[in-house]
Amino acid sequence: MPADPTPSPRRPSLAVWKFASCDGCQLSLLDCEDEFLAVAGALDIAYFAEASSTLRPGPYDLSLVEGSITTAHDAERILAVRAASRYLVTIGACATAGGIQALRNFADVNDYIAAVYATPAYISTLATSTPIAAHVKVDFALHGCPINKAQLLALISALLAGRKPDMPNESVCVACKRRGTPCVMVAHGTPCLGPVTAAGCGAICPAYGRGCYGCYGPAETANTASLAAAWTTLGADRRTLHRAFRSFNAAAEPFRKESDAHGDQNPSG
Amino acid sequence: MATKTLRVDYLTRVEGEGALELDIADGAVAGVRLAIFEPPRFFEALLRGRAGTEAPDITARICGICPVAYQMSAVHAIENAYGITLDAPLRALRRLLYCGEWIESHALHVVMLHAPDFLGFPDAISMAAAHGDVVRRGLALKKAGNSLLRLLGGREIHPINVRVGGFYRAPTPAELAPLAPVMAAAREDALALARFVAGFSFPSFSRDYEFVALRHPTDYPMNEGRVVSNRGLDIAVADYDSAFAEHHVAHSTALQSVLRARGNYCVGPLARFNLNFDRLSPTVQALAAELGIAQGCANPFQSIVVRALELVYACEEAERLIAGYEPPAAPAASVVPRAGVGVAATEAPRGLLYHRYELDAEGTILAARIVPPTSQNQATIEDDLRLIATRDLALAESELRDHCEQAIRNYDPCISCSTHFLRLEVRRR
Repeated sequence: MPADPTPSPRRPSLAVWKFASCDGCQLSLLDCEDEFLAVAGALDIAYFAEASSTLRPGPYDLSLVEGSITTAHDAERILAVRAASRYLVTIGACATAGGIQALRNFADVNDYIAAVYATPAYISTLATSTPIAAHVKVDFALHGCPINKAQLLALISALLAGRKPDMPNESVCVACKRRGTPCVMVAHGTPCLGPVTAAGCGAICPAYGRGCYGCYGPAETANTASLAAAWTTLGADRRTLHRAFRSFNAAAEPFRKESDAHGDQNPSG
Repeated sequence: MATKTLRVDYLTRVEGEGALELDIADGAVAGVRLAIFEPPRFFEALLRGRAGTEAPDITARICGICPVAYQMSAVHAIENAYGITLDAPLRALRRLLYCGEWIESHALHVVMLHAPDFLGFPDAISMAAAHGDVVRRGLALKKAGNSLLRLLGGREIHPINVRVGGFYRAPTPAELAPLAPVMAAAREDALALARFVAGFSFPSFSRDYEFVALRHPTDYPMNEGRVVSNRGLDIAVADYDSAFAEHHVAHSTALQSVLRARGNYCVGPLARFNLNFDRLSPTVQALAAELGIAQGCANPFQSIVVRALELVYACEEAERLIAGYEPPAAPAASVVPRAGVGVAATEAPRGLLYHRYELDAEGTILAARIVPPTSQNQATIEDDLRLIATRDLALAESELRDHCEQAIRNYDPCISCSTHFLRLEVRRR
């Protein structure tokens, strides 16, 4: 992220945008119960429709963007958001990877529409769910389904201080070791996506005795093929592997490739 | 004949995106459409081919504000298909988790989203300057609810610890004990909040709604019960489809649900409260009497008071469940897939949430259907708006718009759930 050449004494303005999503990532800001009023004091919250009826026009210093692009209208809207924003940060699996709704990318969207709606003609949608970065330049991305609110606060603080956000680029596996959780794969034979999944969540699942299910998306240099082989020795079949890599970050490239490697085990997606 | 158009580009302080269109002809309201055009995400389609055991994690992603509701309806429906019934300690633990979500969601709506309407502020942040104690109390309540979700669910949004058959890990009594004083303090905050919001000035407005909610032999309903109404409906959840139908209307990406026999109905806190008053705790019943609504409440603007009463109830119930906690023998019952159909309805913070799954012998989902509370309330919200707009037609358009937006917020609509973007457009001709 470029350094701010001209720090301004006025409070930086914040906008929060929603595209196809569940609202959970923007809720993370309201979930900062101890810090919310301080954040609201440090920032000028100019556009946050879930929280305020005051909606002010841009430009904005920081835009947080939740959700993926699934309609022609939204593909236009994100261009306007980009044009009005100094920094654009994507928050969550939908904005960074297309989200669970990207399962349509592997299916026939008309079949999806007919499965849900009695009158398909009323529905206007794109055949794919795509991440924000497929449409506009993104300055920074926060991963996760949902994002971690501590990471969100750290990001906002860094931007306020005019420095580059410091985010871990390790895997859940490393975070799990640091937390002191015994490895669920080694100790219990439970398949886990921790070795190939980006850290940031706090390695919660193994601490609760379940394998990581990859909701933070692929870690850098994820060796998914090696992990899939390890899962197979634990008894996972091809369908299980296919499903495991094809979920909340299905359209993220390393996960997409690995799910493809285990065949399309179910025709509808 | 006057022709005029008023447009509000975004309904704010709701979860998701929608619009409202009012047609006014010759000084009368000719049409009302609550247009929900949040982009469809096709959950019922993408669930096909997935494992039934994946349904709680996948359907949680329908809504970041009430993921536990989706997880609860999903696990109960899959368990219904597999013939699994959980023992009392696991059922109590699920109820405690649901209490956490009711507290978190109701505190968010009452204090951060709805109270600003009554106090004349655009949001809770600006409200905090004049009512700092109220906002801080709301945030404390929200945090208390989230503390339950964090311990029992692993995290606040999209909990990871819920599974078909129970949980991945049950908390130890020592882990749960510190939450007892947190809930006791939250109960006091909720009591003060209920008395505060009951003092708001409410528009005089009431209707003869058909209220629909779950009803349980002993408990205020959350995870279990029959589907009942104040007009004689009393059915098992298995008979839901014979009593209710969904319609697809042109102006909405959310399906609208109606009672086959009688049409529009109302779910949510008002419905639960009116149909289950006798299942509330003595404290909450006495508080309702003190606040003047113990005989029932059919004014949707007072739903904020009922939500606050439910906050008191959920805090008390959480205290009771923590005090009586017995760790389950195992964190989950064993799950053996079998072919069949499973259904369940639970009480999401916003009302009845119905799930139905068809599964094959290996436990793969063949078909899924989800009926969220906001789709069920959508037609009733339109009816309210028609009456309010007719009454307020003579007001300035900014006031008319404010009243309409407030009337929508009465329902705490979760538009992300019902499938999005609210604009208000008034066409006068």
